Amino acid sequence: MDLLANLALGFDTALSLQNLLYCFMGVLLGTAVGVLPGLGPLSTIAMLLPMTYALPPVAALIMLAGIYYGAQYGGSITAILVNLPGESSSVVTCLDGYQMARKGRAGAALAIAALGSFFAGTVATLIVAAFATPLTELASSFASVEYVALMVLGLVGAVVLAHGSLLKALAMIVLGLLLGTVGADVNSGTARFAFDVPELMDGFNFVVVAMGLFAFAEIIRNLESVEAGQTVLQKVGSLWPTRAELRAAWPAALRGTFLGSLLGVLPGGGAVMSSFASYSLEKKLAPHPEEFGKGAVAGVAGPESANNAGAQTSFIPLLTLGIPPNPVMALMIGAMTIHSIQPGPQVMTSNPDLFWGLVASMWIGNGMLLVLNLPLIGVWIRMLSLPYRLLYPAILLCCAIGVYGMQNNPVDVLLILPFAVLGYLFHRLGCEPAPLLLGFILGPLLEENLRRALRLSRGDPTVFLTRPVSLVLLLLAAGLLLAVLLPKVQRGREQVFVEED
Amino acid sequence: MARISSDRFAGLLFILFGGGFVFGAGAYDMGTAAQMGPGYFPRLLGGLLVLLGIAIFASVKTSAGRPSAGSLPWRAILAVLCGVAAFGLLLKPLGLFLAALLLVGLSSLAQQRPRWGEVLLSALVLAGAASVVFVWGLKLPLPLWPAFG
Repeated sequence: MDLLANLALGFDTALSLQNLLYCFMGVLLGTAVGVLPGLGPLSTIAMLLPMTYALPPVAALIMLAGIYYGAQYGGSITAILVNLPGESSSVVTCLDGYQMARKGRAGAALAIAALGSFFAGTVATLIVAAFATPLTELASSFASVEYVALMVLGLVGAVVLAHGSLLKALAMIVLGLLLGTVGADVNSGTARFAFDVPELMDGFNFVVVAMGLFAFAEIIRNLESVEAGQTVLQKVGSLWPTRAELRAAWPAALRGTFLGSLLGVLPGGGAVMSSFASYSLEKKLAPHPEEFGKGAVAGVAGPESANNAGAQTSFIPLLTLGIPPNPVMALMIGAMTIHSIQPGPQVMTSNPDLFWGLVASMWIGNGMLLVLNLPLIGVWIRMLSLPYRLLYPAILLCCAIGVYGMQNNPVDVLLILPFAVLGYLFHRLGCEPAPLLLGFILGPLLEENLRRALRLSRGDPTVFLTRPVSLVLLLLAAGLLLAVLLPKVQRGREQVFVEED
Repeated sequence: MARISSDRFAGLLFILFGGGFVFGAGAYDMGTAAQMGPGYFPRLLGGLLVLLGIAIFASVKTSAGRPSAGSLPWRAILAVLCGVAAFGLLLKPLGLFLAALLLVGLSSLAQQRPRWGEVLLSALVLAGAASVVFVWGLKLPLPLWPAFG
């Protein structure tokens, strides 16, 4: 009954007054910022990250996880009430959630989203707890060869699941890996691409890169599109779903939870993928598929449960292997390194309180979302009606203070600017920035392990093919890549993402 | 980039980046596969990026390329960049409160017709809130006022 003992330790940690407070703050702030139109979870986390610098590591990670769930639920609120997806995982929620809102069932849609998310969160937390130990044991047997293969698989997964051109996504990953090489070389200490700027000796700071590429580029993008008078639906209606709505919702939530938990673990998977997949599944299974897009309850319950389950199980590869399956988890890795925790299989043994505390706080955070958000819905609606011209200077200010506060160095603030321009440019050129961030975070790890693997094999690259685990992982990666190139899959892939554009 | 399709431009950009990294890595020791020097990994990936860039550039069908990217929103870009740059550079000499006012003011130039009364009010509120939250609440070691105020 190791699991129970571990969970007990986790709840012991997470239920300390201090950690409860930070979890609460995280969920609250995450929702408050996430509800703002045009701010996705990545930007929200990047913007709020500086608030956690001064906290002890456990509290900081618990708060960040809370921010993540909060931001995601905030995005759903925006999707349902304004028909504006704050982030790609709530695009699907727009389709039926907004239609429900137009029928006066906004309250019910919000409640179903919250209940579905809570249910999914509960199941996913148990899954994380159950799978963490065996996966960690597996991962501890990995040598650098296996790590290289695993990272290649992760990066290829990110390409396959990014939408848009495959070549561009590949190029973005490689560019990310290259940007990751900036700074002192681990083996020789040579300063690479630092141009004698002392701040670049440690490489680009990931907060700077993420803020520039996501938060700042988003602001420039939003400023460009002339502020349209958004109509916020003020009438929320009863929060209580009717019996018929509940009956339609729960099987969808169940399926969404299962699907999301599965997809969250996959490299490149996570919330976005899960919600899209669940929506198409529900549409296929529904007795009246023509209701979808017109306010079908299952079209809200399924994807909302799926994206929350996916959001949580995507912590599994991060916590057990130290490899982020998606950009949000890449940011979490960055946050862990700020608190000098090296993510990977050793976290569970060296910081069991952090590991299990985080797992337990996932469930607590989801519970808080439920209790917190439904009564506060009026406040969120008021935040939604803030005009963008007042919002964006506040976001810029928060980001700038946060980056400055990392090291009290003005150069860090200036370094955001090229990434902001680059992020905006990439958007115009149809290149997704998410794979770049993933490559950037994994770059140094990949290089280090590649060098070690080849040193041990005396420069023989066939070592990646002769070790069975590595061979399987690389074959999977090759299979994924080939599968996307098949015309049939390619069409399907376009279809999955077509609703997003 | 008025007449060039955005895919071609993306291809060129990647070629440029890849080439830059390959060129820059020329200064570092290449080493061998068994003993990689600091230049090995960047050169390898830089080369790969150039190839990908060429592939993206070449895959554009001359007539069916995506429409050109059009003009950039210079006003928004410059206002945001200047506001943040000014904040970063002037925070130490001016203190958080004044630097925040400056950031809000400059970045408001991104709007076509800023309402200055509203901008001033929101700048004061934001600067005050930031001072309270970050300096007083979170105890970040930032100067609040000019050093020789």
